[in-house]
Amino acid sequence: MLGEVLTGFVAAAFAAPLARRLPRLAGPILALVPLGILAALTWRYAGSAAPPRTSVAWLPGLGIDLAFRLDGLAYLFALLICGIGAVILVYAGAYFAGDRRRGRMLATLLAFMASMLGVVLADHLVALFVFWELTSVTSYLLIGFDHEQEKSRKAALQALLVTGGGGLALLAGVVLLAQAAGTWDISALAGQAQTIRASPLQLPIIVLVLAGCFTKSAQVPFHFWLPNAMAAPTPVSAYLHSATMVKAGVYLAARLNPSLGGAAAWEWALIGFGALTAVTAAAMSLRQHELKRLLAYSTVASLGVLIMLVGLAAPEGGADAVTAAKAVVLFLLAHALYKATLFLVAGSLTRATGLKDARLLVGLRRAMPLTFVAGVLAGLSMVGVPALLGYLGKESAIAAAWERHAAGPAMLALVLAAPPLVVVGLRVGVAPFLGSRRAVVADGAGTAHEVPTGMWVGPVALAVIGLVLGLAPMLLNRVVSETAAAVHGAPVAARLALWHGFNAVVLLDVAIVLGGVALWLWRSSIDRWTRRLARLAAFGPERGYALALEGTLAFGRVQTRLLQSGYLRRYLLVVFLFAIAVVGAALVAAHRPGAIGAALGEIVHVHAEDVLLVVMMVVAAVAVVHSRSRVAAVIALGAVGLAVSLVFVLYSAPDLALTQVLIETLTVILFVLAMRQLPFFVDLSSRRTRVRDLVVAVLGGGLMTTLVLLASHVQLGDEVASAYFAAEAVPQGHGRNVVNVILVDFRALDTLGEITVLALAAIGVIALVRGRTGLEARR
Amino acid sequence: MNLLAVPILLPLVFASVMLATRWPRVQRLLSVAGALGLFLVNLAILWQVDRVGVATLQVGGWPAPAGITLVADRLSAVMLVMTGAMGLGIAVYSLGEIRRRKQRFGYHTLLHVLLMGVCGAFLTGDLFNLFVWYEVMLIASFVLLTLGGRRGQLEGAIKYVTINLVASAFFLAALGVLYGMTGTLNMADLAHAVDRIDRPELLTVLAMMFLVAFGLKAGVFPLFFWLPASYHTPPTAITAIFSALLTKVGVYSMIRMFTLVFVQNVGWTHGLLLAIAGLTMVSGVLGAAVQSDMRRILSFHIVSQIGYLLMGLGLAGPAVAALHVPGRTLNDRAAMAVAALGLGGTVFFMVHVILAKTALFLVCGVVERLRRSASLDRVGGLATTHPVLAGLFLVAALSLAGIPPLAGFWAKFMLVRAGLEGAAWVVTTAALGTGLLTLYSMTKIWAEAFWKPLPAGELQRRDRVMTRGTRLLMYGPTFAIVGAIVAIGLWPASLEAFATRTAAQLVDPSEYVAAVSNHAIFSRSDRERAAMPADSGTSGEAPR
Repeated sequence: MLGEVLTGFVAAAFAAPLARRLPRLAGPILALVPLGILAALTWRYAGSAAPPRTSVAWLPGLGIDLAFRLDGLAYLFALLICGIGAVILVYAGAYFAGDRRRGRMLATLLAFMASMLGVVLADHLVALFVFWELTSVTSYLLIGFDHEQEKSRKAALQALLVTGGGGLALLAGVVLLAQAAGTWDISALAGQAQTIRASPLQLPIIVLVLAGCFTKSAQVPFHFWLPNAMAAPTPVSAYLHSATMVKAGVYLAARLNPSLGGAAAWEWALIGFGALTAVTAAAMSLRQHELKRLLAYSTVASLGVLIMLVGLAAPEGGADAVTAAKAVVLFLLAHALYKATLFLVAGSLTRATGLKDARLLVGLRRAMPLTFVAGVLAGLSMVGVPALLGYLGKESAIAAAWERHAAGPAMLALVLAAPPLVVVGLRVGVAPFLGSRRAVVADGAGTAHEVPTGMWVGPVALAVIGLVLGLAPMLLNRVVSETAAAVHGAPVAARLALWHGFNAVVLLDVAIVLGGVALWLWRSSIDRWTRRLARLAAFGPERGYALALEGTLAFGRVQTRLLQSGYLRRYLLVVFLFAIAVVGAALVAAHRPGAIGAALGEIVHVHAEDVLLVVMMVVAAVAVVHSRSRVAAVIALGAVGLAVSLVFVLYSAPDLALTQVLIETLTVILFVLAMRQLPFFVDLSSRRTRVRDLVVAVLGGGLMTTLVLLASHVQLGDEVASAYFAAEAVPQGHGRNVVNVILVDFRALDTLGEITVLALAAIGVIALVRGRTGLEARR
Repeated sequence: MNLLAVPILLPLVFASVMLATRWPRVQRLLSVAGALGLFLVNLAILWQVDRVGVATLQVGGWPAPAGITLVADRLSAVMLVMTGAMGLGIAVYSLGEIRRRKQRFGYHTLLHVLLMGVCGAFLTGDLFNLFVWYEVMLIASFVLLTLGGRRGQLEGAIKYVTINLVASAFFLAALGVLYGMTGTLNMADLAHAVDRIDRPELLTVLAMMFLVAFGLKAGVFPLFFWLPASYHTPPTAITAIFSALLTKVGVYSMIRMFTLVFVQNVGWTHGLLLAIAGLTMVSGVLGAAVQSDMRRILSFHIVSQIGYLLMGLGLAGPAVAALHVPGRTLNDRAAMAVAALGLGGTVFFMVHVILAKTALFLVCGVVERLRRSASLDRVGGLATTHPVLAGLFLVAALSLAGIPPLAGFWAKFMLVRAGLEGAAWVVTTAALGTGLLTLYSMTKIWAEAFWKPLPAGELQRRDRVMTRGTRLLMYGPTFAIVGAIVAIGLWPASLEAFATRTAAQLVDPSEYVAAVSNHAIFSRSDRERAAMPADSGTSGEAPR
């Protein structure tokens, strides 16, 4: 199945050139790609009793394969992705007529489609994650498609950060899941459900995986990115942010339900967050008037319902769980069909009239008859009118909640959330076409026309499919039973029918539709009531997102100002403090209290000449710091150096002493020559600064001295290297001065390096001097 | 054939010849030829080391530890190859970017001496010799920084050189004390000499000195300030090669010392490394998130990525400590797996981050070339006007942020998995969170430089014309590097296998030590080891 997935990516590469050559036909031609993929997958799916699985080793060292498996759940999603994908490609081809970005749009849509297909077909946790992240990236590029506008860029970033953050949690989640279960294969996870349950990692796994699902599927409190993502062009909203990508979270929750379900945390998180999302988003949809935002909030609400239904389909549950599993499938399918259609209808309406506000759109049935057909069928499907697939979806959802508990949270959430969704269905699918007034066209240029073929054929096709499946639901028996089995984790037999008889569920359904109609009729008073609620939104999660981002950046600014102050003296202070801290801590940690002093006492034997030298060095050092003249300071520094060379003399290293004296003298002379040009010191440091510096200096020096003294006591005593130097200098090095032989022969490479350093320093000076004079000459 | 001296001598020879040449055209030709030669030789070394085993060379034929040992194990070899590759890329790119004037003032010579220093650091098996290579790198990079002599450059360069000299002082002091204690500076010799020191706690104290010295070079928290202070000043090609190589030498040295020598108290040393790793990631990326200049953003990211490299090293602590004693095998499979993933992840990450960062800087250089500025307030609209450049940036940026299926994802995946399996929750969380913030700051560049329309005030400034030749020189290397990022992402298996082999060689240093011992006069230590009581865990075998 790797071929099927890759086909989409390959096709994406050819989309732009194709759109340049055949601009009008690019959409329909490219739509053949998803249809072809779907045909290939259907052939595979129908052709084998057990779910077909293919696997290619990808990173064998880490056990990562590109494994794909086509079971009912995967096939259902593939059906949606490819089928709706084909419609969207045709629609987008027409929607972007005359736009030179058409090729880029089609290419990105195809890349997204391939990624999404990868998500649902993957049978390896890492492969799934790879495609999951690819959908986030393509979604980012598509939301920001109109990137000249700041709104689009912001919305794209928001979506990327929210879903990307969830993605990182998911990454940790799948790694822990594989660790707990001992397998990366998704199809093998269900068999390890007991092992996972026994693992202490179970709760972290659930939290991390659900963080991924909830961000992707826009659950409260992460829902806010989805309405903002409506900044994307309409085909994108219809495809990614309604029909497919946002359902990836639902998919993953459903996919992992057999292996992680059964845990109370899992079940209640799904039901709780799903119910909360459904109710919140449905209530918020009442405040919306823009077509796409109405649809966006209703999509969030439907995603909440789906997540809740997955929670109800516990793998070891009874009949109610089976009903819930079936409801997941039916509601998902129905929602994808009617919501994608409604989005496309909304896009056509806006394209034809230039209007986005649902309140302004009326009486378009004559001007746009075909769009009208699609809109009404999809709108009524969303309302839940029998004979349409939407009815079956809603009925099964109510049945699942009812069977679980007639007065449970799921039931309550459905009763509260469903009526506003009825309103949305009516407002977007039906109301714009009804009424006797003629719609005003935004730019005042003439009347509205039917949209071009490419823009109505898809929506009509989807709407008709919804009607056919609503009338003949038995067509879905195999897909529903196999998909529900994958969600539930046990075989499910689905026998769907148009009418299940008259029962409590039907009554509830009627009540919900009536409730929706009532909300619609009394919309002005509802509008007034909800205005207050809307103010609460200012404290909502989107504010939280903004605060988190701003807070992080503010913290970043503060810490950067502290660390990256721009002052060299402060940098040096930090370096020395850090060194003192880590070295000092290691030293103190390694000794018992007082042990360092005792050890030093043993080691140090004071000789008179040592004292003299130390006093000399200290006095000279103090003079360096206190001197107001640079020359005096340099000379005092020279005195320190001379005292050091005396130490060498005392410890019988005359050659070293000689070298040191020469260097000290030369340095002093060079310094004095260079410094003649410079002014006297100006004392800029305050007393406090100087005291601080003194403390740091004393600590640093003291620490280093202690370390050297302690270390001098620890010697292995076998100086192989020095013994070798002494022994071999004459016979092999042919030199009587051992140090010289070391420098030019034994360790000639060191010397070569140091010579290079000197040469480069010379080049640097020349470049600096000549470069600067060159610059000045040009000015 | 023993090639180990070539990566040091070849750049030196080319540098000298270029210095002596007066014809710029010849210099340019030699520069690319030299870099190509270095790359090929380094590839040959990698091939040899990976197939045959650790290669050594006693310089001048003097036995270790008296003479200087050059050693190439897999880690050294892969670092050499990356050095050669980036050197070649930058040598070509510079021909397009660097002003002719600067080229005349020894730019190519300096570049090659820098490469020499870096290769020397990766090859040497002797601590003092490592110090020398550090000095070579420092002076070469300092002069490169000041080339051109603008005020901002000099200011940055002064901070750079001062702080790096402090690092050298720490390094020198530490290795002096270590020599005083052990009588040797040969790393392989040290690996066993330290076992015989009766006060191992002093070694831990000394390890802290090395940590400060190498940490300064690597740019870890809280010692990284010299890097963002200076990296945005020179031409982009110079920043790119610094970013690719200099901090990595510091990290390489840490990996070497903290797998080979300082493994006495891993709870302390490697625990501290993990803490530093987490803080480095987070503070680096936070610094990047608040910048508004492409090059400054990228400079802070160098810091942030260093954290990931250290994370793998820190996680490997328990395993390297257990395997340090020769002949002992580790029964704790979990710790071994963590170390293999961690150090393997570090190696993979090293390759990835060098590629991604260099590619990003090269793109940044093109932007600067076109618009005369890398400030996000002054650029825009590049996605429309330069779609190819946009594509190159996007791939490199997403790889840096660890988005699959690019090289950066696998690197991050290995490290995160090592962190989770090693139950290092805090640093793993930091690594994941840093990934998100990296994504944020990459999309910031993307949104501002590529998506946003050109600011109104900049509309009348036309893009600077790039000749066909310049375009080829600047886009060519960028394409090659981005191609490598994609290729590694799609076919990660061979690099991962290599990284894991490298990790195995690092966790169990016996092959490294044995290879050096072949030409060494360590015999007295073998004698002593043989005399050691059996219960100390050694097998009593002399190294091969």
